Amino acid sequence: MVTTVTSLGRSGVADWLLQRVSALIMLAYTIFLVGYILLTPELDYTQWRALFDQLWMRIFSLITLISIVGHAWIGLWIVLTDYLTERVMGGKGTVLRLLCQLFLGLVAVTYTLWGIEIIWGF
Amino acid sequence: MKNQRPVNLDLTKFSFPLAAIVSILHRISGVFTFAGVAILLWLLDASLASEDRFFALQETLTQPLWQFVIWTVLAALAYHVVAGVRHMLMDVGIGESLKGGRRGAQLTVVLAVVLMILAGVWVW
Repeated sequence: MVTTVTSLGRSGVADWLLQRVSALIMLAYTIFLVGYILLTPELDYTQWRALFDQLWMRIFSLITLISIVGHAWIGLWIVLTDYLTERVMGGKGTVLRLLCQLFLGLVAVTYTLWGIEIIWGF
Repeated sequence: MKNQRPVNLDLTKFSFPLAAIVSILHRISGVFTFAGVAILLWLLDASLASEDRFFALQETLTQPLWQFVIWTVLAALAYHVVAGVRHMLMDVGIGESLKGGRRGAQLTVVLAVVLMILAGVWVW
């Protein structure tokens, strides 16, 4: 077993709340970005870049990226602790789950650093 | 270890009504979208890095293969968002009854399909 130590908030209620707050942030960002692209006729590079040149847009993007990573960690933790368990596959279930979590954690950190490089580095 | 710990139900012994299918698809679309973030970051990177890469990206996005790849990410995201909003509506007490849950599941499928079609129209 030993599942709580790998959860994001270390408590079900914390994870529950984080999952919803991050969901609302991502929803707002998605609606904003899709709306912006749809409502800007003939979107060109200058306009697109000007949008992301603004500090508030970079902060909004980074907060969304952090939300993505946190939301994904909580969601993937829920999925993995449901299916890769000792009850489903014996003792190797926990080992396999921790390996998957290690891999997904690396992906999450990579997304974060790559995203910061994209948002702040151009 | 305490033996009265809660145990997850054995999913392999369940029948799957629509609400359960909506739920498992929420999980699958979530996992898929997490992988899709790599595609979205790549799009953002290529669109912002330089004007040349912006044009190159526009060119790339005229290829049906890439259009399809991006559509699958948008489709999974659209489904996940609709199912997620349903979750939050149920959190505030809307659609919690058995009947409401069934209707919510049906609505989720209908709305998600509409959004997926719109995403397809957008990409192509």
